Amino acid sequence: MDISLRVNGSERSGSVEGRTLLVEFLRTELGLTGTHVGCDTSQCGACVVHVDGVAVKACTMLAAEAAGSDVTTIEGMANPDGSLGTIQQAFQDHHGLQCGFCTPGMVMSAAALLKENPQPSEAEIREYLEGNLCRCTGYHNIVKAIQAASGQLTAVAAE
Amino acid sequence: MPKDSGIGASSKRREDLRFLTGAGKYTDDINVAGQTYAYFLRSNVAHGKINGIDTAAAAAAPGVIRVFTGADFEGVGTIPCGWQVTDRFGEPMQEPAHPILAQGKVRHVGDPIAVVVAESLSQARDAAEMIDADIEELPAVINMADALSDGATKVHDDLTSNLCYDWGFVEENREAVDQAIQNAYHVTKLELTNNRLVANPMEPRVAIGEYDPWKDEHTLYTTSQNPHVIRLLMGAFVLGIPEHKLRVIAPDVGGGFGTKIFHYAEEAFCTFAAKAIKRPVKWTSDRSEAFISDAHGRDHVTTIELAMDEEGKFLAIRTDTMANMGAYLSTFAPSVPTWLHGTLMAGNYTTPLIYVNVKAVFTNTVPVDAYRGAGRPEATFQLERVIDVAAREMGIDPVELRRRNFIKPDQFPYATPVAVEYDTGNYHATMDKALEVADASGFAARRSTSEANGKLRGFGICSYIEACGIAPSNLVGQLGARAGLYESATVRVNATGSISVMTGSHSHGQGHETTFAQVVAEMLGIDEGQVDIVHGDTARTPMGMGTYGSRSIAVGGSAMVRATEKIIAKAKKIASHLMEASESDVEFANGQFTVAGTDKSVAWGDVCLAAYVPHNYPLESIEPGLEETAFYDPANFTYPSGVYVCEVEVDPDTGKVSVESFAAADDFGNVINPMIVEGQVHGGLAQGIGQALLENCAYDENGQLLSGSYMDYAMPRADDLPFYAVDHSCQTPCTHNPLGVKGCGEAGAIGSPPAVVNAVIDALQSGGSAVRHIDMPLSPAKVWSAMHG
Repeated sequence: MDISLRVNGSERSGSVEGRTLLVEFLRTELGLTGTHVGCDTSQCGACVVHVDGVAVKACTMLAAEAAGSDVTTIEGMANPDGSLGTIQQAFQDHHGLQCGFCTPGMVMSAAALLKENPQPSEAEIREYLEGNLCRCTGYHNIVKAIQAASGQLTAVAAE
Repeated sequence: MPKDSGIGASSKRREDLRFLTGAGKYTDDINVAGQTYAYFLRSNVAHGKINGIDTAAAAAAPGVIRVFTGADFEGVGTIPCGWQVTDRFGEPMQEPAHPILAQGKVRHVGDPIAVVVAESLSQARDAAEMIDADIEELPAVINMADALSDGATKVHDDLTSNLCYDWGFVEENREAVDQAIQNAYHVTKLELTNNRLVANPMEPRVAIGEYDPWKDEHTLYTTSQNPHVIRLLMGAFVLGIPEHKLRVIAPDVGGGFGTKIFHYAEEAFCTFAAKAIKRPVKWTSDRSEAFISDAHGRDHVTTIELAMDEEGKFLAIRTDTMANMGAYLSTFAPSVPTWLHGTLMAGNYTTPLIYVNVKAVFTNTVPVDAYRGAGRPEATFQLERVIDVAAREMGIDPVELRRRNFIKPDQFPYATPVAVEYDTGNYHATMDKALEVADASGFAARRSTSEANGKLRGFGICSYIEACGIAPSNLVGQLGARAGLYESATVRVNATGSISVMTGSHSHGQGHETTFAQVVAEMLGIDEGQVDIVHGDTARTPMGMGTYGSRSIAVGGSAMVRATEKIIAKAKKIASHLMEASESDVEFANGQFTVAGTDKSVAWGDVCLAAYVPHNYPLESIEPGLEETAFYDPANFTYPSGVYVCEVEVDPDTGKVSVESFAAADDFGNVINPMIVEGQVHGGLAQGIGQALLENCAYDENGQLLSGSYMDYAMPRADDLPFYAVDHSCQTPCTHNPLGVKGCGEAGAIGSPPAVVNAVIDALQSGGSAVRHIDMPLSPAKVWSAMHG
């Protein structure tokens, strides 16, 4: 079937099978390979995107379900001039990433968290990240980065 | 003042820009024109005889290009093992064939039976369901003791038994150790398991094979820590492709932790099939497939005995280990329980007599190989657990017992009874630092607070040493390695003075693009931004051995230093010509060549330009150009060490353990980028705490993998872990490499499991329990059961 949706501010359309997952559509049809696939049980969170402003694991949603929606992926998170957004910059400043594979999902989850709760406690950050696995950082610097980003949230244009 | 660039600076990582914006190029992000998709049909039984595989329906399914089975690989090489261990009787290990696709029998759940190659992944997957594989299930051996028992089912019919090797080290010490243990004042004996783990880098493995018939050239894109090693093993031993016709590219790789060192059947398959069907072939593992096809880690069952005199002085250690190899020998599997484990059994201590016996065992399980630490976590876990138990039995404080037996700072270099010589270390200093960082003196008060809240609080300590920077090639050759373990670097100075460094090391999270640039920039006195690091492509880099064993900065970094030194030496010759001075008078600092005692100077950029535009140039004695290569073969291993302190709270009602704090004091020698080094320790700690409390790769008695997804295999999550307090200020630089570095990648995973378990046992004993040991992972159920006898 043919679907149309808005991705990172642009109108996009494509042809999908009924079983095509949103993450497959983003990666293979639209070439937005920043959204990653790290598992097949909706546990790892490497594929988190925002659909109509809500964080969603793109492996849990069919592409067809996203038709007509407004989707933001990691490719849409930098500032309009191409520089890193506040959360992205905080991840670099605090070494919140190593191999980078979980990072897009982490940034998308962090953005959703801070939108919902602009000043989360350490415990709230850790609990929110339960659905995002990282095997490199031990989470220490990811939590630090989100804490840092939360201190300047007014400057964040997360969506 | 911390430096803001060069060696010792916490330079921000340049690779982050692409990873944070979704612009990283991981293997699955690569699509090549005309590519097809491979789907592997894998055995769902642990052991079985293949009576027949009917692929007709699958071959006729929509989009299917070809279906491959083991029959297509008759006459093709098998997956090789890179290390041959010699047993204690002087005989080589038993080494079974490991076909690309199963031939005759399947030997573990996940063993590949057939592959469908189709126009789309869903077509390949759908067609694979139409394959009728007639497999007669046979009894399987899963447990190692069962596998070694008389009359056990054999994993490989052509081997004499399931024993891969029976290794003794140091064999000549055997009787003396037995005698010392027999005559000792006290012997502490402990039986323990080092639980089987799955490495689980977040990026699953991927391979893309391409073939150009007109040039007869193969290209393999793969998720590897060491593309040259894959080229060597697959080219020379499996498919018979000479190196100049085989290019292996490992682009951005999403973590490895050891499991992406090895050469896997899927890489050989995609390379082979691309030529067979004359189209590129792509395979992407899903996570469930990764659990049954990525090499697993650990899985040792050990009995250790520690003999002491009245004062607690260590007299002798004897250990007996069964090490699971799984169904086939993965690339470095035989080396892990032997040379990477036995040589570390002295730990940080002066124990004079040590004997290590290891029986490596074949079972109907996924192959087991190196995982972060590889052998050293297993050695450290035994030693640091038995010392803790011994301290309690002897009535000596665990910190004091360790101090009494530490090698003293003035005893270095120190030759252990297990064949290695530690160059530097100061274990008393790291102990002091760890206790300071952990605020050990405040523990009693914290315990009181926990008790007032109905919780048991425990304090656990671990002192570790590891051998990194592998390794002197002539030594490892004697020990059975079928490769050299040098590293290479080419430093290419461009005409305008910028630098491209081609390294054989590979970065898959370690940040080499940043750290390596810091080193070269510092040596040349130029801006870090002027230095680019190229890695991960056999066509663009000199032959290198890759990244594992915390070797990249110690071996790869040293190669880069040597190549840069050659650059500086040649540049000085050029500068002496330009300044009309004697070469011996030319000095180089901060990017400027000067002549001692004069005001003559010439800048780095001018020398570079002269090398490439040699108008005023000593052409009769020096070649134009400025590019040098060095291969560095280390003189010894490096020996990072440290002391870790863990504090836990145990809920006596549920047995749930929570890690309240974790302090790490490491001696990594000199540190290039403190931010990155600390990040490496954090990640290692999370994996070690995960092993101690959460992770377990479990099979049932029939060889079905019970923990085959993230629903069942407990990966540590953000709310399972605390902030860590890490310190690397105790630095005894390595004496035999030019940077004085030791390596930091594995330490966290090595030192943390015993610290956690020691803390839990301490907590339980503080509550009046007599429990002596609990095998990892210390799940609430196990802890609660131990408390309640």
